[in-house]
Amino acid sequence: MAENTSSKGFQDSMERNIWRLLIALAIVLSVGGLVEIVPLFYLKSAEESNKYPELVWNHDAPGSTPIVTVDDKGKEQWSWKPGDGVRPYTALELAGRDIFQREGCYLCHSQMVRPFRDEKERYGHYSLASESMFDHPFQWGSKRTGPDLARVGGKYSDEWHRDHLRAPRSVVPESVMPNYPWLDHAMVDGAIMQKHMNGMRAIGVPYSDADIEAAPELVAGKTELDAVVAYLQVLGTMAELKDDVVYRE
Amino acid sequence: MEAGLEQKYNFDVVRWFTIMAVVYLVVGASVGVYIASELAWPVLNLDSPYLSFGRLRPLHTNAVIFAFGGCTLMAAAFYTVQRTCGVRLWSDKMAWFVFWGWNAIILSAVITLPLGFTQSKEYAELEWPIDLAIAVVWLAFTFNFIMTIAKRKTSHIYVSNWFFLGMMVMITYLHVVNSLAIPVGLFKSYSIFSGVQDAMIQWWWGHNAVGFYLTAGFLGIMYYFVPKQANRPVYSYRLSVIHFWALMFGYVWLGAHHLQYTALPDWTGSLGAAVSIAMIIPSWGGAVNGMMTLSGAWDKLRTDYVLRFLVIALAFYAMSTFEGPVMALKTVNALSHYTDWTIGHVHSGALGWVAGVSIGALYHLMTRLFHTEIWSEKLVNVHFWAATIGTVVYIVAMWVSGIMQGLMWRAYDEYGTLAYTFVESVDAMHPYYAMRATGGAIFLLGAVIMLFNVLMTVGKAASQGSLAKARTVAATA
Repeated sequence: MAENTSSKGFQDSMERNIWRLLIALAIVLSVGGLVEIVPLFYLKSAEESNKYPELVWNHDAPGSTPIVTVDDKGKEQWSWKPGDGVRPYTALELAGRDIFQREGCYLCHSQMVRPFRDEKERYGHYSLASESMFDHPFQWGSKRTGPDLARVGGKYSDEWHRDHLRAPRSVVPESVMPNYPWLDHAMVDGAIMQKHMNGMRAIGVPYSDADIEAAPELVAGKTELDAVVAYLQVLGTMAELKDDVVYRE
Repeated sequence: MEAGLEQKYNFDVVRWFTIMAVVYLVVGASVGVYIASELAWPVLNLDSPYLSFGRLRPLHTNAVIFAFGGCTLMAAAFYTVQRTCGVRLWSDKMAWFVFWGWNAIILSAVITLPLGFTQSKEYAELEWPIDLAIAVVWLAFTFNFIMTIAKRKTSHIYVSNWFFLGMMVMITYLHVVNSLAIPVGLFKSYSIFSGVQDAMIQWWWGHNAVGFYLTAGFLGIMYYFVPKQANRPVYSYRLSVIHFWALMFGYVWLGAHHLQYTALPDWTGSLGAAVSIAMIIPSWGGAVNGMMTLSGAWDKLRTDYVLRFLVIALAFYAMSTFEGPVMALKTVNALSHYTDWTIGHVHSGALGWVAGVSIGALYHLMTRLFHTEIWSEKLVNVHFWAATIGTVVYIVAMWVSGIMQGLMWRAYDEYGTLAYTFVESVDAMHPYYAMRATGGAIFLLGAVIMLFNVLMTVGKAASQGSLAKARTVAATA
């Protein structure tokens, strides 16, 4: 072939010197990631809660108030109610989320409603970035073999969820979801949940001491099935989103 | 046969990686066929946690990407770097450490994933102790590769090695950043990132696992094995320089196209989409460069079944690198995202391109490493047709089901309400899920035939004594 089979100049020097090639690669390969990722950590527009702080519960003093504790009579005392804003998961919800991850639910269920008319009608208001600000890791998913779950909270009764998780085809005959009978027989461990909450707190999730102290009491006697149902029922219900507010351009 | 090769080079470690790659192809594809069948016939989940779709799917992806893909890459990289540099691997011990380390990681994945130990980040599910092991073994692989190049006898570094190097550097970046997590137990950790930042980092990893591991790495394979098998030089040196740098710079940006219309800022997703479209040019440049290497030798395709694999792989590469940018277009993505179309796209790349070029390279390696012909050329041809037909059946099923899902979800009836419930779309998928499982099974059949053929070749080499002869011939030469 008449074509040149070698370069001159810089390309040639890289082909002769492995270290030059390595350094050039290290620089070229870092550009795209730096440009796309780094700004997301400091651009105010990346989190809607910078513009609408009320999206986050207890945003003035995060971690100062426990979400839910158990009183002397064994009754749950909540200082948060649905719509009050995005907050960390309670011990029971977090246990449910751990199981959601363990079973790979995210592989078939997204948690990210896109701003389209059909998705609004099928699932509800489009998802905000701030709604998953305490989600380590995120659970937006990439596939809808089953429906999106970002706003599933409150749509079905606890009892429906139990039946559905034990045997999906008992309530939805066409479903292809696996049965999860083992969730009924496994108990949530309070001490482990405290470890998990401490870990979350170390990476910035604002749990109060009282939240973590109350964990064993909150999960006492609860099965993994209870935990998953508690998690599903809180999804999408934390912040109250208004139709007339443009949260995202 | 060139005398002395067995002494000069470390082929033992390459032989082991080659054989294990074929074994893992069968394992990974078997798990794939099983989980595909679970979606068509959910009773196959058998009410067992260890066999449920959600736990086996990561096993499938890890087995095909890291076990099959990884062993192929390591076999090809260690072989290519020795042949193109004219020197033995820098460290035999380190090469064996990489072999045993990588296989131990694979074994730990086979155990921990069905047990439900997962970080729940796609293609990066393995928990933190295994992530640490991956980092160590990967760096040992990279270091040994770099040091081998550093002591080479040739003046220039061959193009395959650029691609392998690019992959090694990028995968190191990606693995380290995406796996940053806080351990809260021996096999449980939480990503230190959350929400939108975590999503972007995950798909920066996710798409570049495709872009670097499964593309750059296998282009490194292509640039060595296609010219070798065709016995022609690479078509254009210049095109390979352009292909290389454009791919290295551009691919990194694409991850954001996985998050269009999500809560990721619009500029990031659009940027990812824009670069994705531009990537058609270098990708096709590479495909053309590979294909045209055969110019003047097209007749070989009639008789050389290994070459057929390499060429059909390039055709699938060209097709999926066209399909990808199309799917990154915002209007197309609005329909295709969350559907089976994505799964089909991945498999046209994974079965057609990655597996195709790997299989071609592995057959080539078998003949060189065992100093004999493949046991049955006919079976290579049967494998070729099983792989090709299986892949086409698979992706056609996923095109139909994916587009159908997308259209059903957004369909309205005459009263202006949604025409279908979600579960009606699930029900409509059944025939296509069955068809996909069938396509996968045909592909798997080919893989099983390959394993048989490869083992028979090893047996033939043993009974002929061709390998032993190559070793002694060299020793006395």
